[in-house]
Amino acid sequence: MDFRFDIIEDYFPLLMRGTLYTICISLASIVIGSILGLGVGLGKMSRFWFLRWPMQSYINFFRGTPLLVQIFIVHFALVPLFYGKTNAIAAGVIALSLNAAAYTAEIYRAGIQSIDKGQTEAALSIGMTPWQAMRFVVLPQAIKRMIPAFGNEFIVLLKDSSLLTFITVPEIMYWSNAMKNQYIRVWEPFLTAALIYFILTYTLNKLLVWLERKVQA
Amino acid sequence: MMAANAIIQVANLSKAFGENEVLRDITVDVAPREVLVVIGPSGSGKSTFLRCLNLLEQPSGGEIVIDGKPLLAKGTDIVAMRAELGMVFQQFNLFPHLKVLDNITLGPVRIRKWPVAKAREKAMELLRKVGLEDKAEVYPASLSGGQAQRVAIARALAMEPKIMLFDEPTSALDPEMVGEVLAVMKQLAKEGMTMVVVTHEMGFAREVGDRVLFMEQGRIVEQGPPEALFERPQQERTKAFLSKVL
Ligand SMILES: Nc1ncnc2c1ncn2[C@@H]1O[C@H](COP(=O)(O)OP(=O)(O)O)[C@@H](O)[C@H]1O
Ligand SMILES: [Mg+2]
Repeated sequence: MDFRFDIIEDYFPLLMRGTLYTICISLASIVIGSILGLGVGLGKMSRFWFLRWPMQSYINFFRGTPLLVQIFIVHFALVPLFYGKTNAIAAGVIALSLNAAAYTAEIYRAGIQSIDKGQTEAALSIGMTPWQAMRFVVLPQAIKRMIPAFGNEFIVLLKDSSLLTFITVPEIMYWSNAMKNQYIRVWEPFLTAALIYFILTYTLNKLLVWLERKVQA
Repeated sequence: MMAANAIIQVANLSKAFGENEVLRDITVDVAPREVLVVIGPSGSGKSTFLRCLNLLEQPSGGEIVIDGKPLLAKGTDIVAMRAELGMVFQQFNLFPHLKVLDNITLGPVRIRKWPVAKAREKAMELLRKVGLEDKAEVYPASLSGGQAQRVAIARALAMEPKIMLFDEPTSALDPEMVGEVLAVMKQLAKEGMTMVVVTHEMGFAREVGDRVLFMEQGRIVEQGPPEALFERPQQERTKAFLSKVL
């Protein structure tokens, strides 16, 4: 089997652009998803059923259906419903964010519940509101413990962003697929894509281990 | 019983956790500057009583009036009321992610909206008072139990509360550290702080308490000045309990 490095070289600039898209879309989605996820997670823990119930349904829906289906719903139905037409990149970020929110909500819940109740009680006893106790006492401690789970979610999300190729977002998979179609070659494009993803997740992993160690110190 | 000038008035307070009636018909007043010591066997409801006073537990019935304000009335600002009551826990509950000084300034800065400089000055003053000014910049994890509890007292005092509640503040400490915490509490009592103290330290109760209250199974069995209660208990159950702990 011959391996044509020349076509990889040919596509290298496009693949790099795709990598940039993958990174930016994943970053935006994890950030937006984490913010939404905090709201969903707190809602799920609320004493009020009218907050709890919809948030639980939200989590069930996004965890119980395939991400590709969610991406199609957002791209072909949800975004056009609000804007008249669709936009692949925006739809991709929205779909990944909504999905990440469901998973990070569970991370927040587990992290918050792992903090001793005495912390909240001490905060309330000096006169904090429940929200202040959450904001200044519980969350700062919980987030430290959540770093590994968040990192994991980020890695999953980065890999899952490859699904956006189906709605023509010009990320890594999109360009390797284009390469396949142009040269009618299968090994070069997809092994190259695999290598890029691997380098990304590997680096991310290292970064997380470093961050975790730094925070524990 | 309902002295008009009482700073804490509790009337017919009851609390149940499901079927479990933990407090039954508790009626007691605390005068300003008074030190009320609460004793009783484990599980008798002492902690629950204390926690009802600042609404960490929601009472099932009865009335609580703190400094003239009915705690359980609709429209009472519970959060603001809690700031008037300092609480010290058996397990310290210091905030481990904040340095000692920041543990103390958190309330004044975030709740009272004091300028940081003023809050830090006050915190240092309190740390000097509890003998720990050299620990301002360390994290709670590096403190001994006795030091941690003294910081916890300083943190509560930083809010300038009118009343201090202590829930077995020395029960989690190694014996050699009990004294340093009791000394701080003694000093506080001397300065005229109103205090409700749940403790097994009978020496402290005798020396510092103005009144001792014995609880069992969610009821007040007997109360009185320390000498009277310790030397001449009237109730059989009080005698039985005291014979075990004295
Ligand atoms: N949050 C709670 N839920 C259910 N039962 C509780 C709770 N807190 C305390 N209790 C029960 O109330 C009783 C009195 O507890 P507590 O007030 O802690 O007693 P003490 O401080 O005198 O040891 C115990 O039987 C305990 O199991
Ligand atoms: Mg107790």
